[in-house]
Amino acid sequence: MSEVIHAGHHDHHDHGPAKGLLRWLYTTNHKDIGTLYLWFSFAMFLIGGLMALVIRTELFQPGLQFVQPEFFNQMTTNHGLIMVFGAIMPAFVGLANWLIPMQVGAPDMALPRMNNLSFWILPFAFGIMISTLFMEGGGPNFGWTFYAPLSTTYAPDSVTFFIFAVHLMGASSIMGSINIIATILNMRAPGMTLMKMPMFVWTWLITAYLLIAVMPVLAGAVTMMLFDIHFGTSFFNAAGGGDPVMFQHIFWFFGHPEVYIMILPAFGIISHIIPAFARKQLFGYTSMVYAVASIAFLSFIVWAHHMFTVGMPLAGQLFFMYSTMLIAIPTGVKVFNWIATMWRGSMTFETPMLFAIAFVVLFTMGGFSGLMLAITPADYQYHDTYFVVAHFHYVLVPGALFSIIAAVYFWLPKWTGKMYDEALGKLHFWLSFIGVNVTFFPQHFSGLAGMPRRIPDYALQFADFNMLSSIGAFIFGFSQLFFLFVVIKAIRSGKPATARGWEGARGLEWTLPSPAPYHSFTHPPEVKAEEVHG
Amino acid sequence: MANSTEVDKDIYYVPEQGWYPVFLAFGLMLLVTGMADSLNTIRGQGVADWTQSLLGFVIVSFVLYAWFTKVISENEAGLNNASVHKSYVWGMGWFIFSEVMFFAAFFGALFYVRVLVVPWLGGEGEKGIIGDYLWPTFQATWPVVQNPDPALFTDPIKSMAAPTELGGLAGYLPFYNTVILLTSSVTVHMAHDGIKEQNRKKLISWLAVTVLLGIVFLILQVEEYIEAYELYGLTLDSGIYGSTFFILTGFHGFHVTLGTFMLLMQLVRAVKGHFSKNDCFGFEASSWYWHFVDVVWVGLFIFVYVV
Repeated sequence: MSEVIHAGHHDHHDHGPAKGLLRWLYTTNHKDIGTLYLWFSFAMFLIGGLMALVIRTELFQPGLQFVQPEFFNQMTTNHGLIMVFGAIMPAFVGLANWLIPMQVGAPDMALPRMNNLSFWILPFAFGIMISTLFMEGGGPNFGWTFYAPLSTTYAPDSVTFFIFAVHLMGASSIMGSINIIATILNMRAPGMTLMKMPMFVWTWLITAYLLIAVMPVLAGAVTMMLFDIHFGTSFFNAAGGGDPVMFQHIFWFFGHPEVYIMILPAFGIISHIIPAFARKQLFGYTSMVYAVASIAFLSFIVWAHHMFTVGMPLAGQLFFMYSTMLIAIPTGVKVFNWIATMWRGSMTFETPMLFAIAFVVLFTMGGFSGLMLAITPADYQYHDTYFVVAHFHYVLVPGALFSIIAAVYFWLPKWTGKMYDEALGKLHFWLSFIGVNVTFFPQHFSGLAGMPRRIPDYALQFADFNMLSSIGAFIFGFSQLFFLFVVIKAIRSGKPATARGWEGARGLEWTLPSPAPYHSFTHPPEVKAEEVHG
Repeated sequence: MANSTEVDKDIYYVPEQGWYPVFLAFGLMLLVTGMADSLNTIRGQGVADWTQSLLGFVIVSFVLYAWFTKVISENEAGLNNASVHKSYVWGMGWFIFSEVMFFAAFFGALFYVRVLVVPWLGGEGEKGIIGDYLWPTFQATWPVVQNPDPALFTDPIKSMAAPTELGGLAGYLPFYNTVILLTSSVTVHMAHDGIKEQNRKKLISWLAVTVLLGIVFLILQVEEYIEAYELYGLTLDSGIYGSTFFILTGFHGFHVTLGTFMLLMQLVRAVKGHFSKNDCFGFEASSWYWHFVDVVWVGLFIFVYVV
C-alpha cells in the first residue's frame, strides 16, 4: 500500500521564503502568516482609530457641528466592530502564529494551508464591512452589539452585507482556533507536558476553545437576523411569538466569552514579560493556569449582566450578579501573582515592562469598575452611560491593546533580529499612558453623572469632561503613529539583537537565533528545565 | 542557511506554499457579496441576478476540489506521517464541536421561546403584563398555531407535531426519517468494519447503502416541506413555530446534504482503491460527521416533533 512509500527528497526542497509578492499570498509559513495578521490588525487599528477620532471630534463640544447623527451612529458601530474583530483579535492570532510554534518547539503550525486561509478571509471580510459605509442608506448604524430590531426591522440594506461579513470573520476565527488547538495538543516537543507549557500557550489554548464554542453561536444569531430580514421569520419579533430580548441573550452568550477571548492571551503575554524583567520565575504558575480555566468556565454563565435593565425575572438578575462577581476571584489570583512575581525581583523598566506594569494597574481599574457594574441595582444607574464606556475601554485599551504593544516590543528582537530604540519606546509608552488616562478617566465621571453613550450631542454640564476626553484621544491616537515609526526604525536600522534578547527571558523561543529561522524547529528541541515556566 | 531551514518530512510535513487558500477566500467573497446583493434586490421587489454568486460558488467548488485532490495525493504519496494524521483528527473533532455549537444556538432559541417567551406573551407571571396588554386574546400553547398578531404572521393550519398515539406513526414522515438515519449510522459503521477487515466489497456495498439512505432521507424531507407548505400552510413566515421548525430542520437537512456528499466522495475513493486498515482518515472523518448529523436529528425528533 501507499504508506510504505517514503517521502521522497527528490521533489521540492523548501528553502526559506519564496521571492516576490506572491510569497505573501501563497505562504504556508507561520511567521509569514503571523506577520500578515499583525500588519493587517495594525491597519484596522488605524481605521478604527480614525473613526474614534471622528467620534471624539464631534463630542469635543456640545451641539452638532462636525457630522450628522446618522453618520455618528455608523462611526460608533464600525469603530467597535473593527477594533474588536479587526484589530484586537487578529493581533492576538498574529502573535499566536509567531509564538506558539516557537514556544512549543514545533516546525510550524499544525495545518499550514488552513492557516493561510484563516488569514486571507479577513481582508475580504473587512473589505465588505468597510464598503457598507459607502452603500445607499449607509453602513451598519445599530451599535457593535447589533440588537434586534434595530439590526433587523429598522436596519439599512447594508445589514445583509454586514451579516455575511460576520459569517466570514467567524469562519476565519474558527479555523484559526482549530489550528492553534491542534498545534498545541499535537506538536509540543517531547518533554513539554501540559503543565510545563508557557503561559501564552496555555491562555491561547483556552482562548481557542472559547472561540470554537461561541463563534458558531454568533453565526447562528446573524443567521436568524438574516432570516428575519429576508425570509419572514419571527425570531426577534414578538408579533409572531418571538422576542427581541432573545437576540440579546444569544448575542451575549457569544459576547461575554468574546470579551475574555480578547483578554486571556493578554494575560499570557503579561505572564511572560513580568518574570523576564523581574528576573524571577512566574509566581504561582499552576494557580495561573487554573485561574484562566476558571475565568473561561465562568464566561459562559455571566452573559445576562449586560442586560440587567432589559426586564429579566429577579432570579435571573440575582444569578447573573453573583456569577459575575465570582470572576473577581480568579482575576484577583492573577493580579496577585503578577505582583508577587515582581516582589523582591531585580526589576528593570524597559518598554515592554512599562506597558506590562501599566497593564496590571489599569486593567485592574477596569476590573473594579466592572465589579461596580455587576451590582444589579447599581447597574440600573450606570447602564448605557459613559461609565460603561470607560469600563470596557480600560480593559480593552490599557488592557488588551497595551499587552499587544508590550508583546511587540518584547518579541521584536526575536522576530527581526533588531532592537528598537529604548528612548523612543519609553516616549511612546508615556504618551500612550497619559493619552489613555486623559481619554477614558473623565468618562467615569460623565457616566456617573448620567451622560448616555452612543449620542452625538450632550447636555452642557458634560462639556469639560468631554473636551478633556477628546484631547486625550488625539494624544493617544497620534502616539500610535509614533509607535509605527519606532517599529519601522527598529526593523530598518535597529541594533542587532542577541539570541536571548532579554537577560531574564526564558522559553524555547529564546534558544533560537535572532531573527528566528524560517521553520522554527526543524527537529524537536530538548526542553531544558531552565527554559520551563512552570 | 539553505538546508538548515528545511523541515524533515519524517518529523512533520509542512506543505510548500500554494494558491488554494487565497483563491478560496476570494471565491467566498464573491459568493457572499453576490448573495447579499441578490437578497437585497429581491427584498426591494427587483429581479435578482445570481451570476456573481454562481461564479463564486464555482470558484469555491473548484478550489476545494483541487485542494482535496492535492491533500489526498500527498497522503497517497506517504507524506503524512502519524503526527500529521493526528492534527487532522484534532482538526475534524474540533470542527464538529463548532457545528454542535452552531446547532446549540438554534436549540437555545427554541427552548427560550417555548419555556419563557410564549408563556410570557400569553400573560403568565410578572412579565405577562405586556403580552396581556398587547395581544389580550393570545393563548400560550406549543406548537403556536395562533400567532399574537395573525395580521402580520399568518397562522399555520396545522403543526408538524407527532401524533399522540403510537398507531399514528405509520403515516408520519419524520418517524421514517428517524429510522432511516439511525439505520444509516449502523451501515456506515459496517462499512468501517469493511476497511478494518480489509474487505473492500463490504466497504463499498455498505457505504453505498449509507449514501442511498442519506438521499432517501433528503427526498422524504423535501416531501415533508412540500406537505408543510401546501397542506398545513406552515411556512417560514407563519410565526415562531414555523421559524424554529424550518431553521432547525433546514440547517439539519443542509448538513445531511453535506454529509451525504462527503460519504459519496469517500465511496468514489473506495472504488478507486483508496483506504487501508491504518490509513482511512477521509472515510473516518466523514463517518464522524455522519454520526454527528444523526445525533442532531435525534435531538430534533425529540424536541421539535415529539415533545
